[in-house]
Amino acid sequence: MSGSTIIFYMLAALTLVSGALAVTTRQIFRAAIFLLFSLIGIAGLYFWMQYDFVAAVQIVVYVGGITVLIIFSIFLTQQAGDLLPKPKIGRQVFSALAAFCGFALTMLQLYQHKFTGTTEAPVLPTVSNIGDRMLGVEADGFALPFEVVSILLLAAMIGCIVIALRSKPATA
Amino acid sequence: MEPGLYHILFISAALFFIGVFGFFTRRNLITMLMSVELVLNSVNLNFIAFNKYLWPNKMDGLFFSIFVIAIAAAEAAVAIAIIINLYRSHQSIDVENTEDLKF
Repeated sequence: MSGSTIIFYMLAALTLVSGALAVTTRQIFRAAIFLLFSLIGIAGLYFWMQYDFVAAVQIVVYVGGITVLIIFSIFLTQQAGDLLPKPKIGRQVFSALAAFCGFALTMLQLYQHKFTGTTEAPVLPTVSNIGDRMLGVEADGFALPFEVVSILLLAAMIGCIVIALRSKPATA
Repeated sequence: MEPGLYHILFISAALFFIGVFGFFTRRNLITMLMSVELVLNSVNLNFIAFNKYLWPNKMDGLFFSIFVIAIAAAEAAVAIAIIINLYRSHQSIDVENTEDLKF
């Protein structure tokens, strides 16, 4: 067993165990921290696959951005130290059953399917290649989706401000 | 055995259904949002794995996952703005207590 394989299994265990704890723990702050570790594990898997840029984006956006946003919203909406109410046992059982059946079905399909990949020479996912494709206007460029996503982010930002804006008191 | 495409797909399927389980059992809006984040991350992992192991001559999977990350960030921000606004008006972010639109 090579070092790369051992690292892969460690990252997989980190991702799955902390993901499972994030959806089952009854302390909401701990759930956020477990989610953080799960996202770090996924970033590690991207590094393991040598997709450095996506791993960096994952760390910046998810670990640095969304988790901090979630932790702040926990601080704003929860009483410290309160446990989440226990879900009803029936709901827990049926959710676990549904998730397990879906997982089993997916795995069954997956292992019966034989993937055939391309044999052409790979394009390395270096930052300069990504940049060329991202802003390319040729047939395989992604300039239009890039612009659309930037408009979407602007719209989401304005929408957030409008939604979360405290309305002025009527007397003012 | 050297880990390959099937191993990554196993992880992403497991993570997807962990997220689905959390979405079904949780009744707090923030924890439900966390479950959705897990689901979105498993999809990203799938895109990257297919890009690396099946079509390394293209970068479409990589760009899909980058755009998914961008849209997920926008979605999380809007969802948290809605949650905080809901907390102001209802003093609770439990989905059982927020059923004003139900009838």
